[in-house]
Amino acid sequence: MVEATQQDAVISVRGLVNRFDDNVIHQGLDLDVYRGEVLGVVGGSGTGKSVLLRTIIGLNRPVTGSIRLLGTDMINGSPDELRAARQRFGVLFQDGALFSSLTVAQNIQVPLKEFYDLPQDLLDEIVAAKLHMVGLSPDAGTKYPAELSGGMRKRAGLARALALDPEIVFFDEPTAGLDPIGAAAFDQLVRDLQQALGLTVFMVTHDLDSLHAICDRIAVLAEKKVLLTGPMDVMLKAQHPWVVEYFHGPRARAAAITATLEERM
Amino acid sequence: MADGKLQAGPDGRTLRLSLTGDWTLAHASALLTRLGGLTTAGLLRDHLRDGGQQLARLETGGLQRLDTAGALLLARLYRQLEDQGFTVEWPAPRHEHRALFEYARGCGEAVTVWPEIDGGFAGFVRHLGWLTLFFAREARRFTSFIGEVTETAILTAFRPGQMRFTSMVHHMEETGLKALPIVGLLSFLIGMVMAYQGASQLQKFGAELFVVDLIGISVLRELGVLLTAILIAGRSGSAFTAQIGSMKVNEEVAAMRTLGLDPVVVLVLPRMFALILTLPVLTFFADIMGLVGGALMAWSTLGINPDLFFHRLHDAVALRTFFVGIVKAPVFAALIALVGCYEGLRVKRDAESVGRLTTRSVVQSIFLVIVFDALFSIMFNFLEI
Repeated sequence: MVEATQQDAVISVRGLVNRFDDNVIHQGLDLDVYRGEVLGVVGGSGTGKSVLLRTIIGLNRPVTGSIRLLGTDMINGSPDELRAARQRFGVLFQDGALFSSLTVAQNIQVPLKEFYDLPQDLLDEIVAAKLHMVGLSPDAGTKYPAELSGGMRKRAGLARALALDPEIVFFDEPTAGLDPIGAAAFDQLVRDLQQALGLTVFMVTHDLDSLHAICDRIAVLAEKKVLLTGPMDVMLKAQHPWVVEYFHGPRARAAAITATLEERM
Repeated sequence: MADGKLQAGPDGRTLRLSLTGDWTLAHASALLTRLGGLTTAGLLRDHLRDGGQQLARLETGGLQRLDTAGALLLARLYRQLEDQGFTVEWPAPRHEHRALFEYARGCGEAVTVWPEIDGGFAGFVRHLGWLTLFFAREARRFTSFIGEVTETAILTAFRPGQMRFTSMVHHMEETGLKALPIVGLLSFLIGMVMAYQGASQLQKFGAELFVVDLIGISVLRELGVLLTAILIAGRSGSAFTAQIGSMKVNEEVAAMRTLGLDPVVVLVLPRMFALILTLPVLTFFADIMGLVGGALMAWSTLGINPDLFFHRLHDAVALRTFFVGIVKAPVFAALIALVGCYEGLRVKRDAESVGRLTTRSVVQSIFLVIVFDALFSIMFNFLEI
């Protein structure tokens, strides 16, 4: 599947430099994300994974470099172009980032109401469909974010991210703070939705199980750039000390065993 | 980006429905109107009357993009046809269209996803009852909090080593020293306003000199302390709630408990004692500034020179008047600190409650300050002071 779409880069980052005061985060970072793939971005603490995500979606202005997202220049594009581009991707922040003064249903309708003028009954139907997609029961729609568990908040956040049927979805550590069962279920949900809706997924993660289970390709951030990209077997053969430590450490072995077992079943 | 379109017409004895263009959110409104028109136009009925069979065929060869909204509309169309007794066939749908359609159909009827609004008279009564119970519960909890703090304060008095003096001095600086400019400026202005308004009335009776009595008594007895307390409630009471509240959000208070530290000793007592010590000082400062403001205004509008002003003040206002004012300051200070800390400790683990409870803390402490001021008045009147 990946090979067939290799040419079509929906996100391409070139020569990205990010610096906060004297602290250089990225120095000449290049990265491509191809249509229809699930890309996992890994790296040690402080290597700028979240900064990279925030830069691509336009929340952080880089010092220099170019970012094209679905053909839009995310750095120098006009406000109208950026507004149009924002309808074509969705973001799931770490704890869902739901608006706490609105119910889940109202949260999902925020982007719909912002961009389109639709009758309320269709809006309600769309909300019901999105809740169904992310595996929440309809009555979750009437609840406020504070009344939901962490896992449900993530699902609700995903429903909001999917509200406009985006082509790309960004995840910031989607399984952080979930128990292993919840994390596996969320991974499965992401995989199912990605296949059903033909999404491209950009995922910052620490979760080795997620990397094994759903990522087509992995990008390793180290030494202020993308050190290495490729599927899991490339990672396992790599020689760089951090990559070896990460993918061959005790936790990595456990995750690999689980993944192999699941493949056999 | 072709417009989403729907065309219907007979094709032999089958009803042919052909979907073209983008069935997406951007075209949903137009498609919805079209879909509504389909039944009202009686097209389905006409088709049957003209001898058509109850068979409908969906043609989606020209359908380009389909999103959730489009799929929901397609599901509606499907349902409409089936409700009319049609058998629907959909030859050769694109895989992704079919998948999305199944999703849309699977989620069933739209549910009302809005919280129920409790309206009408019954709702009003319910709300009133809820509020009454809420206030009763709050009053009980707050009283028990006062008890807890008092108990801890007494216990700490026997073990002075437990008292956080560094923290207390820090809070004295924050709530006292740094509040001097604003407290001074405001009471200076109030003193001026009082003098000006009083003068214009008293001049009518030729009793200009009594403006000194007016300012002296009102500033020393009521305004100085009340104004300072209200300012500090807004400035420091809210800060107490916000500080302790964000510590609650961050689970710092829980961590404190597990480390064997009592939040009342560590957080509440230093703040409370700091305020009890600084508010009388601030009040004294406010009294002076109020008198100075009044004296200046009296001088410039009535020609009462400062020498005369303070001479008259000495005759007209007894020292007792000053003490009646300043004795209230520690009580107000305790109220403000207790409310501020209590609301801070009530914060739950979401950031929103910090804001809500901070507002409540300010409103409640100002309310209590004024209520207690009234109680003091009644008490002093009773004691004939």
